[in-house]
Amino acid sequence: MSRYTSATSADRAAMLETIGASSTAELFDQVPEALRLDRPLALPPGMSEAEVFERLAELAGRNADAEEQVCFLGAGMYDHYVPAIVDAITQRSEFLTPYTPYQPEISQGGLQVMFEFQTAMSELTGLPISTAGLYEGPSSVASAGYLAIGATGRRRFVVSRGVHPHSRETLATYAEGFGAEIVEVGLKDGVTDPAALADAVDGETAAVFLQNPNFLGVIEDVEALGGAAKAEDALLVVAVDPMTLSVLKPPGECGADVALGEGQPLGNRLDFGGPSFGFFCGTEALIRRMPGRIAGETDDVDGRRGFVLALQTREQHIRREKATHNICTAQALNALAAMVHLSWLGREGFRELGELLVRRTAYARQRLAAVEGVELLHKAPVAREFALRLDAPVGPVLERCAEHGIAAGYPLGREYPEYENGLLVAITERRSKEQIDELADVFGTAISAERGEFLSHSESKSPQPQEIG
Amino acid sequence: MAATETPMQRERAQTIYEKSKPGRRAAVLPSAGVPEPPLEELIPKELLRVESPRLPEIAEPEIVRHYNRLSRRNFDLDTGFYPLGSCTMKHNPRLNERVAALPGHARLHPAQDPRRAQGALELMWLLQESLAEICGLPHVSLQPSAGSHGELAGLLLTRAYHADRGEQRTKVLAPDTSHGTNPATVTMAGYEVVKVATNGQGGVEMDDLRAKVSDEVACLMLTNPNTLGLFDENIAEIAGVIHEVGGTLYYDGANLNAVMGHSRPGDMGFDIVHVNLHKSFSQPHGGGGPGAGPIAVSERIAPFLPRPQVTRREGGNGSGPSYDLDFDRPKSIGRLRGFQGNFGVFVRSYAYILSLGADGLAEASEIAVLNANYLKARLAQGRAGKHLPIAFDRHCMHEFVLSGKPMKREMGLATLDLAKRLLDFGFHPPTVYFPLLVEEALMVEPTETETKESLDAFADAVEQILAEGEQDPEIARQAPYSTPVRRLDEVKATRQPVVRQALS
Amino acid sequence: MADASYPDDLLYHDQHDWARLEGEDHAVFGITWYAQDSLGEVVFYDPPEVGATILKDSSYAEVESVKAVSDVIAPLSGEIVEVNDALADSPEKINEDPYGEGWLVKVKLSHADEAGTLLDAGEYRKFLSAE
Repeated sequence: MSRYTSATSADRAAMLETIGASSTAELFDQVPEALRLDRPLALPPGMSEAEVFERLAELAGRNADAEEQVCFLGAGMYDHYVPAIVDAITQRSEFLTPYTPYQPEISQGGLQVMFEFQTAMSELTGLPISTAGLYEGPSSVASAGYLAIGATGRRRFVVSRGVHPHSRETLATYAEGFGAEIVEVGLKDGVTDPAALADAVDGETAAVFLQNPNFLGVIEDVEALGGAAKAEDALLVVAVDPMTLSVLKPPGECGADVALGEGQPLGNRLDFGGPSFGFFCGTEALIRRMPGRIAGETDDVDGRRGFVLALQTREQHIRREKATHNICTAQALNALAAMVHLSWLGREGFRELGELLVRRTAYARQRLAAVEGVELLHKAPVAREFALRLDAPVGPVLERCAEHGIAAGYPLGREYPEYENGLLVAITERRSKEQIDELADVFGTAISAERGEFLSHSESKSPQPQEIG
Repeated sequence: MAATETPMQRERAQTIYEKSKPGRRAAVLPSAGVPEPPLEELIPKELLRVESPRLPEIAEPEIVRHYNRLSRRNFDLDTGFYPLGSCTMKHNPRLNERVAALPGHARLHPAQDPRRAQGALELMWLLQESLAEICGLPHVSLQPSAGSHGELAGLLLTRAYHADRGEQRTKVLAPDTSHGTNPATVTMAGYEVVKVATNGQGGVEMDDLRAKVSDEVACLMLTNPNTLGLFDENIAEIAGVIHEVGGTLYYDGANLNAVMGHSRPGDMGFDIVHVNLHKSFSQPHGGGGPGAGPIAVSERIAPFLPRPQVTRREGGNGSGPSYDLDFDRPKSIGRLRGFQGNFGVFVRSYAYILSLGADGLAEASEIAVLNANYLKARLAQGRAGKHLPIAFDRHCMHEFVLSGKPMKREMGLATLDLAKRLLDFGFHPPTVYFPLLVEEALMVEPTETETKESLDAFADAVEQILAEGEQDPEIARQAPYSTPVRRLDEVKATRQPVVRQALS
Repeated sequence: MADASYPDDLLYHDQHDWARLEGEDHAVFGITWYAQDSLGEVVFYDPPEVGATILKDSSYAEVESVKAVSDVIAPLSGEIVEVNDALADSPEKINEDPYGEGWLVKVKLSHADEAGTLLDAGEYRKFLSAE
């Protein structure tokens, strides 16, 4: 078994003597006897490192990961290529094992990374203030709700149905606590219905929540939709996919007060959903209401440039029940991965990648829409993900694709009953033209097989087929 | 002190943006392989970005060098002793990094069909079962992303529990010495904080508690061992008082490392516990994150747990059990975040639990308590004993609190000065100025993975700093000297915040 | 920061606030030398809105140092008629000149007779030395 401790019997004896105790058990005397566990924990005995590795490898082996399957799954997390230097740098002890930078003199590395990260997120979103990062995307949306209540004194959120279902649900969970009403605005032709949005926003609206591209992959006209928020002095909160911000107009140029999102596409692994990070950017006016850590630049006593955690009076350890948020986490290691990835892509590469995604997605969309039994759920412009409607039950079609080693997409039916056989297909730079073509072929076969089965099933149900004509 | 600069001090901070030059690059992307029409043909021009974000333009060797050099401007646990109280800076086994990086974990998409993610779901289920056993509470949700997220979950569960019984309660009790996340969470969850006084041992003042309980109290939030590192002996009585008025008991698991395998929050009467996987269960802190804050709850709270929950179905006809995600939980408070939680953290913590096993976990807590008491005894000797008395003198659990009040009065050295001088000796200082009930507090948590030699070296360094302070307190007041930068102007950083690199 | 001073023409509240009466029913409020000294360098002042009603002994504004936030307590009741906008850009004036350029608000008093409950400079000094 592995222990990671060093105390030998001799150490223990010497230490107990210094303490003045006869045994380590004596040190636990302060725990009332009735509360002491009088048996070993019902867990297996410890294992050797080799055994633990084998056990975990065995568990990992029973997952169909993106090496085993060709992955067209998205819905907020994407199978991008993470360059080798991300692993090399994030696995350095100096980044992996420190705590939050409470002692800035010995945390300049981490603090400077936060400052560089904030700069990058500010550039991407077109908003001047970025925090050092929150847990992940959907809880960042909920945090924006809490900010909006404080900033406006109002308690109603108008939320587009194009916002990620996980974000909407998380916002609702949080709102049950801090007290806010949620009004949902539906989609029309793939985009947030502008008339319904304008109707829903009123003088009680704290914030309008949009997502761009929205959950169906469609590019929203954020600027036009945001006018409804501006007209009533509500905050405009826009969730964005950072990978699309090289080609899409940034939220800061569309009137957003807060831009946030799931950071996983930037340098972070899929990890079955986490850990990743949420980014959170805002206008100057909101700087003292922002949630979480923010690094700032300053000088030391000798005039050297340095970095510290700035504006800490917003935070829970100082303002306690009046804090802007209860968070004390900054997903610093995940934000570092993003920063290294963005540096590696660079200004040109980031743009090229965005364009590559748009073009491959356009190709895939066209290719799949041409498959018999498939139609586009909407025709609006998309960036890196698009929605289809199948003329066959989506579950069995996906199962057939999986048998061919393809995770064909994300079924929409659970979260959007109105798109019962809807499917969301995501593209990354790892999905080559050949893989897209293969998907189209497998998809076509799967759908026709399911339709055939469906038809023969219906036929078998009706012993007297209707005469045609 | 001599005004000689170390090489690292001489190297002035320069951001990666300042090292950027147009035309340099690292990434080469695959070619599109598909038709490449102008973007305007695919997306309306008015929705497109005009100017690319000004990301750095820099080649790979310089990226590597930039971040490696930056890394050397950090102090880290792998390099030195890090006795930061309440943070449990224990060793982060590298095995855990290796297994988390296996493609079956690292490249598993969170929306993968549960039938093709059976290994991941089984791992989550096993971790849930392990945490349930360690906490003495039957049901676990792994979803919360950190301790404070677990706290929020706990209070939303409390709200749902009372609402389900047709009750509207408004108040949450928390000790006046509690961690700042507790009151901040109470407000976020829509409750009013009522502070309960603390007795001389850092425990709950029973008379004050009795005076403040009523049927308006939704919950009491507690940390045990408390912020002084002492086990609250009245815990059973406290639980009784709260349960009598129908409230729930929330256990802040920040200090769980003291009691694993020795005492269980569930047996103490708590209804909801959060576990910091990045403290007790060895997830690396990463400079501030990621972590995870699963919660374990009692039967009466279970129906309200976040969704989805991992469930296990026993197999039939000779097949093994199967695992699934259960979304159909009508009383659930709903989601707290996207997908299933910080799975990568679950892998590391489960590997840690497998490595140590039942007896190893109990031994970890035992040595954590032994190490803390030994270091406390060492610091009770010599100058530390005189200038830095222990806040409450009896055996501690996994951490203890000293007061720098005599040091400040007699030598003119603040706790902050001692902390900064420790940096020159190669140690991370303890947590300073917390808990608030101890003046000039130093909160020391050595953890079980430190050797006696490290503890001795730390005690010796404190002794040496105090001896030096008796001669010339100015040395510590101006410290540190050897760090990449010296004391920083936090006033400037907050009066005129500069929170991003200006770019032209 | 200059040495401690407590001008004789002001009235003091034991939460370390001062009031300068102007005419029948107006007053200027600020925090005392002692308050700014315990707080340390002030980095931010969050003023109330003009027109807001404030109550004696209740918080009406916040001042922040790097690692602390303090409520500012109203020595007298009334309505805010002016706030010191200059402090938005230079909150350090609260440290440098707490009774002059560091004033916080001007108030139209609703209960001018409350002034009788405040301390004079001598009494406030005595109060401080007893603390």
